[in-house]
Amino acid sequence: MLTILFDGIAYGMLLFVLACGLAVTLGLMNLVNLAHGSFAMAGGYITVILVNHLGVPFFASLPLAFLASAAIGFIFERTLYVHVYRKSHLDQVLFTIGLVFMSIASIDYIMGSGQVFVQVPSVLQGKFDVLGISIGRYRLLIIVTCGLLTVALQFILTYTRFGSRLRAAVDDSRVARGLGINVNRIFAYTFAFGSGLAGLGGALGAEILGLDPTFPLKFMIYFLIVVTVGGTSSITGPFLASLVLGIGDVAGKYYAPTLGSFVIYTIMIVVLILRPQGLFARAASR
Amino acid sequence: MPAVLETISLVKQYNGITAADDVSLKIEKGARHALIGPNGAGKTTLINLLTGVSRPTSGSILLDGEDISKLSTHKRAKRGVVRTFQINQLFNDLTPLETIGLAVSERRGQGLDWWRIVGSRRDLMSEVVEILERFHLTDVIDRRTAVLPYGKQRLLEIAVAIACRPRVLLLDEPAAGVPEDERHEILAVVGALPNDVSVLLIEHDMDLVFSFADRISVLVNGALLTEGTPEEVAGDARVKAVYLGEELADV
Amino acid sequence: MIPSPAAVHTATEWLATRARWHPLEMAFWLAAFAAIYLLPDRHLILTEIAWLGLFALSLDLILGYAGIISLGHAAFFGVGAYTAALLAKHEIINEPAVALLVSGFAAMALGFVTSFLVLRGSDLTRLMVTLGVALVLRELANRYGWLTGGADGLQGVSIKPVLGMFRFDMFGHTGYAYCLAVLFILFVIARRVVNSPFGLSLLSVKSNPLRASAIGISVDARLIAIYTVAAGYAGIAGALLAQTTAFASLEVFSFDRSADLLLILIIGGAGYLYGGLIGAIIFKFMQDYLSALTPQYWPFWIGLVLVVIVLVGRDRMMSWAAPIRLIAERLNWRALARQIIASTKKV
Repeated sequence: MLTILFDGIAYGMLLFVLACGLAVTLGLMNLVNLAHGSFAMAGGYITVILVNHLGVPFFASLPLAFLASAAIGFIFERTLYVHVYRKSHLDQVLFTIGLVFMSIASIDYIMGSGQVFVQVPSVLQGKFDVLGISIGRYRLLIIVTCGLLTVALQFILTYTRFGSRLRAAVDDSRVARGLGINVNRIFAYTFAFGSGLAGLGGALGAEILGLDPTFPLKFMIYFLIVVTVGGTSSITGPFLASLVLGIGDVAGKYYAPTLGSFVIYTIMIVVLILRPQGLFARAASR
Repeated sequence: MPAVLETISLVKQYNGITAADDVSLKIEKGARHALIGPNGAGKTTLINLLTGVSRPTSGSILLDGEDISKLSTHKRAKRGVVRTFQINQLFNDLTPLETIGLAVSERRGQGLDWWRIVGSRRDLMSEVVEILERFHLTDVIDRRTAVLPYGKQRLLEIAVAIACRPRVLLLDEPAAGVPEDERHEILAVVGALPNDVSVLLIEHDMDLVFSFADRISVLVNGALLTEGTPEEVAGDARVKAVYLGEELADV
Repeated sequence: MIPSPAAVHTATEWLATRARWHPLEMAFWLAAFAAIYLLPDRHLILTEIAWLGLFALSLDLILGYAGIISLGHAAFFGVGAYTAALLAKHEIINEPAVALLVSGFAAMALGFVTSFLVLRGSDLTRLMVTLGVALVLRELANRYGWLTGGADGLQGVSIKPVLGMFRFDMFGHTGYAYCLAVLFILFVIARRVVNSPFGLSLLSVKSNPLRASAIGISVDARLIAIYTVAAGYAGIAGALLAQTTAFASLEVFSFDRSADLLLILIIGGAGYLYGGLIGAIIFKFMQDYLSALTPQYWPFWIGLVLVVIVLVGRDRMMSWAAPIRLIAERLNWRALARQIIASTKKV
């Protein structure tokens, strides 16, 4: 049972890394980006190309996937997303769904429609036993990496100037602008960083979640659940929500396979009814 | 005289702020009652509490002696508690004709009619056009509200409230933002309100307040400072201090 | 004060004009019915356009008139489809028209129950909740494969002739006439509803719910009512699909369906009832054309159309797309305005 807990934590932390970029862009720019999963997919496929076809070592390809996705995110933000910030949520939904469809079709065209696998180095394969818990090496890597990332994120937000500017801009972008904070530049960097994290998550997650062109649609609902249940006003909210979702999903699939994802969706609906601002968000004054 | 709308020790607290502090206010039948006070005193909060837009932390609200504190906004409106908004809250995509038509048909209980074409009832149309003429809106009845000049929008804001045939009308700064040369229309319309409608007027324009009201309440920091006839309030030193104190702070 | 009779007359006229059948509308429906006889080799695609248009019309009722964004409208479509297919397969109801009504009611029931979920919350919450409901239904349909046929779909469905007389054929002749008749009847009802006081109250709720409740409108009750009706319409559209193809599968609940539907309504324009129908026509022909070009990568073009539409701006597109209607209306308004000014001057 502890193995399930371990697997669930790994899954949850992976979800967090994947989804936190979405939480920040929603909280910061009030932007509903249903195409967030596309950046994750990009990171995954880039890793596949680097490792499988170009022989780049796995551990080196992870930061490269991050950088590549961040770069793509930066370009898209400056050229496309910037036009939809002021538009209604419906317009943003339509726009980003359009991007998702385009990305899925493009990947389908370039890489084919089948599932792809990353050649994981042998040091990460297999599992070992600790105190009766079966620890998968790959999942251990995920927990360690994502854990370090989360700590780093919290550190950046709390102790750096960029972090405090970001928090100010999330809290109230109009006032932040009035204080001289260059909110647009923060948007760009944050979006890029969030996309990079998504790409890294896609790279890490290819092995566990399965990577194929329909990835953005398959996991869109999970990212949205993390963001709406966890709220967008902090990091801890989505973090906790991701863990709950990850453990719940793994445990659910193990103990009650007939119910499957059905339980997750129902929980999401219930949470949204009772607390539309999310389980963990402080009551928003907006 | 019996009170038509009354609050008993109304308190509203949120985020550590006391927006309404033990407010006991009585609006008498047929009153021309004004509520004044410095900015941020909690006047709009009080109207929100009276109309059900926000719920009190404690205390109760009585309409003709009946407790309406738990009723929703639309139920209170149906019972005759109607308000105007300080910042226009209109139907931007509808025309004044449609807006007033909607208010009148709702009031007549025809709002759920899903088969009849709007405008096919002669008696209803008669009443609608009468209101539009009264509020000098006939020259713009077919224009989208969003494109109307501000003064017309303000008139429409009051017209919609009147179309509901309120028992108690709560006017939240009806002259706010209206240019000088259009103010007289607002003043005239407010002055011509039917006698059986009890009116609570919130205003900063002291000319309007003193020409309109027979009773004035002063709200400061969420609490009622004093209450009385216009002469009493105008002569009250504390009221002067509250307003003058503000001006001195500005200097 | 007694209102001037001339002003009353003009106001009444203006409202009546708003609701009157425009010559373009009549031409549209005449053409649609004429196609039964004049375009027999296109009946298959016209059948699809008919139920797709009805599906889009149902979304217009909640999106264009009540302002509710839904990413899961396929939930009701799917319920209607499976109900009709199951009724036919197990020969519970053999008359397709009756089965159609029952399927509609089944979808309405679901609509009523889920309407409470979309009353509160922001646009994003509504998006998620509606998406969640559709996903839950898809999961359920998947799990209960013994009932629904699971991933393979419901096989062995055969539809009896409509009204005992008109057999469904593989050229879509009966199918098109049947779907068009249903679409027309439901359209006329919807048209009455949106032009009624109830319809006007919906527009007011969409425009400013705070103001609406301040004049005594129960916002929740109105939204529940229109959401339920729209769900019924969507269910009937799904039932038409099931009956004309004698098949139902999981993809009736899919996200793709809900997303395509949004696109269709956006292309045609929301809020004037014909947007869904026009959008369905454009979408279907676009799909036909682009699938011939690049059969597998059709989603790319859909995506591109969505992106371009949003970037260009939906309002701007609406103003290009309906020049005739706008001009016609503007002529009326100016004439009416002149009359009203003249009549008030007499008083």
